[in-house]
Amino acid sequence: MAEPQATNAHTSNAKKMTIIVTKGSLDWAYPPFILATTAAAMGVDVTMFFTFYGLPLLLKKLDLQVTPLGNPAMKMPMMGMHMAMPNVAAMIPGVTAGATVMMKNLIAKKGVASIEELREMAIEADVNMIACQMTMDLFEYKLEDMIEGPTLGGAATYMENALKSDVNLYI
Amino acid sequence: MSDVLLDAKGLNCPLPILRTKKALKDIPTGGTIRILATDPGSVADFEAFCRTTGNELLESKQDGQTFTFLIKRSA
Repeated sequence: MAEPQATNAHTSNAKKMTIIVTKGSLDWAYPPFILATTAAAMGVDVTMFFTFYGLPLLLKKLDLQVTPLGNPAMKMPMMGMHMAMPNVAAMIPGVTAGATVMMKNLIAKKGVASIEELREMAIEADVNMIACQMTMDLFEYKLEDMIEGPTLGGAATYMENALKSDVNLYI
Repeated sequence: MSDVLLDAKGLNCPLPILRTKKALKDIPTGGTIRILATDPGSVADFEAFCRTTGNELLESKQDGQTFTFLIKRSA
């Protein structure tokens, strides 16, 4: 069955969106993947450009963490209240691991998709993924450690896509 | 009645929309899908999804904690 209302065939009349993905912590990984998968579901041609700390989101094995350090807005629901953590406590070894476990429990409990799940859906929806070549060199990542699908590119590759797009986001 | 029933209860944004999009692929033009969801944000999201994709939102209602949407695959 043909699918006229929302193909992701990179056709010229579809709306286009690009997202520059610069952050790779568990919390910051969500906005780009949620928007990319949803836009693709709405018939948008999506390009994601993974650079700097966003690049590790393309690694086969994800080990995403979240820290309350330097993040006073991160308040976790606890016993009917919302608890923030002072920086001096957040820097103690083990706190990042603990906060990550807490966040992952919340994610599972509230029916929020995992990043792995969203990434898989983005690939299924033909989201165009570009891995920043410069970041690969800078942080010594190898292509064989990355998932199948992303192409390598640089700023000019991104710009070519961005100039043809209706929505360009930097996250 | 609908051709397909999708239970998206307990799923949070954007999963109800993504599951719906996936299910719509297998529905012929003119066919319908009924979606059950508990995410209150899905009310506005299904309206936006249908407006943007050209599918028709035939029904949107709430029964207790459960939201029901009936979408006709158009276009």
